[in-house]
Amino acid sequence: MGVKISVEVNGVGQQSEVEPRLLLVHYLREDLGLTGTHVGCETSMCGACTILLDGQAVKSCTLFAVQAEGCKVTTIEDLKKDGTYHPIQEGFWEEHGLQCGFCTPGMILSAYDLLSRNKNPSEEEIRHGLEGNLCRCTGYQHIVNAVQSAARKMRG
Amino acid sequence: MVATPKMMGQRIKRKEDPRFITGTGKYVDDIKLVGMLHAALLRSDHARARIKRIDVSKARALPGVVAVFTGKDLEGKIGTVPTAAQNAEGNHWLAGVKLNVPPQPVIAIDKVNFVGQNVAVAVATDPYIAHDALDAIEVEFEDLPVVIDVEKAAEPGSPVIHEEFGSNLAFHLPGGPSPEAIEKVEQLFKEADHTASFRFDNQRLVPVAMETRGVLADYDVGRESLTVWSSTQIPHIARTVLSMVLPMPENRIRFIAPDVGGSFGSKLNIYPEEFLIPYLAKTLGKPVKWIEKRRENFTSTTHGRGQMQYVDIAFNKDGTWLACKLKLLNDMGAYLQLLTPGIGNFTLIMFTGVYKLEAICFEQLGAFTNKVATDAYRGAGRPEATMVAEKVMDVIARETGLDPTEVRRKNFLTEFPATTPSGMTYDSGDYSKALDKAMELVNYKQLRAEQKQARTEGRLMGIGVSSFLDVCGFGPSSVPPPGGGWWEASTVKVEPTGTVTVLTGISPHGQGQETTFAQIAADELGVPMDSVRVLHSDTDVVPYGNDTYGSRGQAVGGEALMMSIGKVKDKAKQFAAHMLDAQPENMEYANGEIFVKGEPSRKVTLGEVAYAAYDFSWKGPGTAPADLEPGLEATSRFEPTNFTYPFGTFICALDIDADTGEVEIKKFVAVSDCGNVINPLIVDGQVHGGIVQGLAQTLFEEVVYDENGQLITGELTEYAVPKAHMVRNFETYHTVTPTPVNSLGAKGIGESGTIGATACVFNAVMDALAPLGIKHLDMPFKPHKVWNAIQQAKA
Ligand code: FES
Ligand code: FES
Repeated sequence: MGVKISVEVNGVGQQSEVEPRLLLVHYLREDLGLTGTHVGCETSMCGACTILLDGQAVKSCTLFAVQAEGCKVTTIEDLKKDGTYHPIQEGFWEEHGLQCGFCTPGMILSAYDLLSRNKNPSEEEIRHGLEGNLCRCTGYQHIVNAVQSAARKMRG
Repeated sequence: MVATPKMMGQRIKRKEDPRFITGTGKYVDDIKLVGMLHAALLRSDHARARIKRIDVSKARALPGVVAVFTGKDLEGKIGTVPTAAQNAEGNHWLAGVKLNVPPQPVIAIDKVNFVGQNVAVAVATDPYIAHDALDAIEVEFEDLPVVIDVEKAAEPGSPVIHEEFGSNLAFHLPGGPSPEAIEKVEQLFKEADHTASFRFDNQRLVPVAMETRGVLADYDVGRESLTVWSSTQIPHIARTVLSMVLPMPENRIRFIAPDVGGSFGSKLNIYPEEFLIPYLAKTLGKPVKWIEKRRENFTSTTHGRGQMQYVDIAFNKDGTWLACKLKLLNDMGAYLQLLTPGIGNFTLIMFTGVYKLEAICFEQLGAFTNKVATDAYRGAGRPEATMVAEKVMDVIARETGLDPTEVRRKNFLTEFPATTPSGMTYDSGDYSKALDKAMELVNYKQLRAEQKQARTEGRLMGIGVSSFLDVCGFGPSSVPPPGGGWWEASTVKVEPTGTVTVLTGISPHGQGQETTFAQIAADELGVPMDSVRVLHSDTDVVPYGNDTYGSRGQAVGGEALMMSIGKVKDKAKQFAAHMLDAQPENMEYANGEIFVKGEPSRKVTLGEVAYAAYDFSWKGPGTAPADLEPGLEATSRFEPTNFTYPFGTFICALDIDADTGEVEIKKFVAVSDCGNVINPLIVDGQVHGGIVQGLAQTLFEEVVYDENGQLITGELTEYAVPKAHMVRNFETYHTVTPTPVNSLGAKGIGESGTIGATACVFNAVMDALAPLGIKHLDMPFKPHKVWNAIQQAKA
């Protein structure tokens, strides 16, 4: 039985009818075609599905689509504006903060959340801030560098 | 002529990244086809059982369910899952002894042998409905005795998993490499000042690529052709094997590895689902997609390591390692996957590491257990080999009272090429240089002084050294074993408008060859990097290749690229000679221009040559040179004459909290030597990621099955993949000892970090615990284990 929801995704209002059991991550990926949000576990352990819900990083596999009713969702697809990369995207690119790229969208959005709360995080704070996101490729060192580089740019 | 800046050797940001940082990469699950169906697999929750009854009728009746198949339904319709480890004589491909291969159907028919084995498949219009269907399948199992512990499995009297073989042994290589070698070893053991023995458990690990596996297949009825997208590191090999198993003509199969979210060896196998899903697409006439759940990734994707080592060494009081006996017992799991029984061989050829010793002998067994198969995992046999050599060094140091670095230096091979007792020939090396550099960077002397001080204060500080060796660049056919015909192919095309397309037979999935190959092509052809595009992993697009594993991309694939570039330049010179009315032998190529020797103003650009090469009208009709084929492209295959042997020394310092058993790494210096470096940024990334996977084996990760064969560590909640805050920054440095095996001088770096790190951290922990008289603990060093050992030692 479908439930009607209205959600703002990347600045665009969406009215959809969804099954109550549909996970938010599947709604974004399958119904809206926003496949930049990845699924690595569906048990809220890996962080690959991280999005911003009303500006806060959340794991979109831990929510049903119906729980996003009335919320603003931002996915990785919305970070590059008018052809310009977000400083966090630049940081990941310049510092080689990714290899296979699968964890990257979630990492970038977690870093976004972290930097919105702490403009000048230490290495320790970055490592703890990204605790919810697993990366099997990079060993995290270049991710730390990426976030530090983004923080520098964002502080101006 | 303006010299273009060199790209090779620079820290250049990657060409593949714009798609990944914007969320526009395309992994299997991101591909959608019209009318696509979704498959879900019912996995056995019994480790060994007979399937007494299976009823799928309720599942079939669910709305949205298109089909449900059991193993019986498919019996005789698809071949069994093959292993590459058995040769035509039925023997182990590398060990040369009889290999027992149990047939593995894509779905179990009447018996299951591990938790996670396929029992049924449901296909539905929606993935949620496909999973509902699994819940509606009724299965009655009759449990059989379970065999979990590999040492017990190998004992006579153990329940036998595959009754037809009479025991649980997949193979047994009783003694090698030769009777003379065994005799020599015995002699040296008699003459040596000291002997020592130890047993070492290289525990099972789960590779945990962040993208799970997934397969999408689409059968085109009109063209009678099949397209398969799979999260694999071996699209070419998978296509060949699929064509044999389905069976179906190979030229009607297009196999694509789209963006692949990590692999580390776990996708270097052709899994049941890679046969099943194409079969379903063909049978149902609709595209079918299957995406592995994380739980399935733990239970059903191959594990790594799982190797028990029994080591005896003979050495002299001056620290010289004279001889070694090694017995390996490899945990196969329930079935043999592509390379399962071959992994131990890499340990056998590499366990003497960077050291010179007079003689070795070995014995090797592979035993079946009721667990998912083991197979390649980052390093595949070499981290295990390094554990032997590097533990031996520390045992000798402890017994002789010499410093561990001194013992290593004393035993280093120093002349190259160096032939080892296992018959391998190391290409090049300078092991002291890497050790010296690591000691300097970590300030070794001071560290030892700090340790002395810590010990007087009763603190547990440990220093670990690992002078490791890798074998890469798989592989030369002429070097058995393991040899192997793993040549590599490339095509370079200069298009009419001057853009360059590189096709390669390797299949990168994070390693960055879209960038490093573009760097090579840009430098060698003298064109901007932006005008080079590198394509891979699509069998309809690129020449047949041997894919990516064993750190072969740069060392073998890169050289194949160099060969094609060379041919393209030669051909460009021939065209240019015609265009300039000169002789081809008088032409020179530099910075994207071809000019007449000694007359640099008589020149054409590569772009002009390319246009002419496809056009043939520069002198009017009929004037094209008769001896030149149109077009400007070349294909080459590179077969290396030897492996490459990257090496290095890692040193770390750590503290153990005696009250909690927690290990904290304080310093980690990683000196690697992978020969010439094309992109230091990428190489550092490989080293960092490799180190974390390596030290995770020492400190965090282990697969635990209970006595009933249930996988206890079957989710990310129970299996400790390191998170950012669990590790620290590493100081990396590279010494450069080029290989003579290829013209790039590049050896490979994908596995070095892992190979070096496990032993380095192991040795540091044991060094920290040495004052308590603790001589050995099995990995991983979780706090409770270390704490218990400390309590026992103190009691
Ligand atoms: S998919 Fe949501 S946390 Fe892993
Ligand atoms: S880049 Fe591969 S998992 Fe992070």
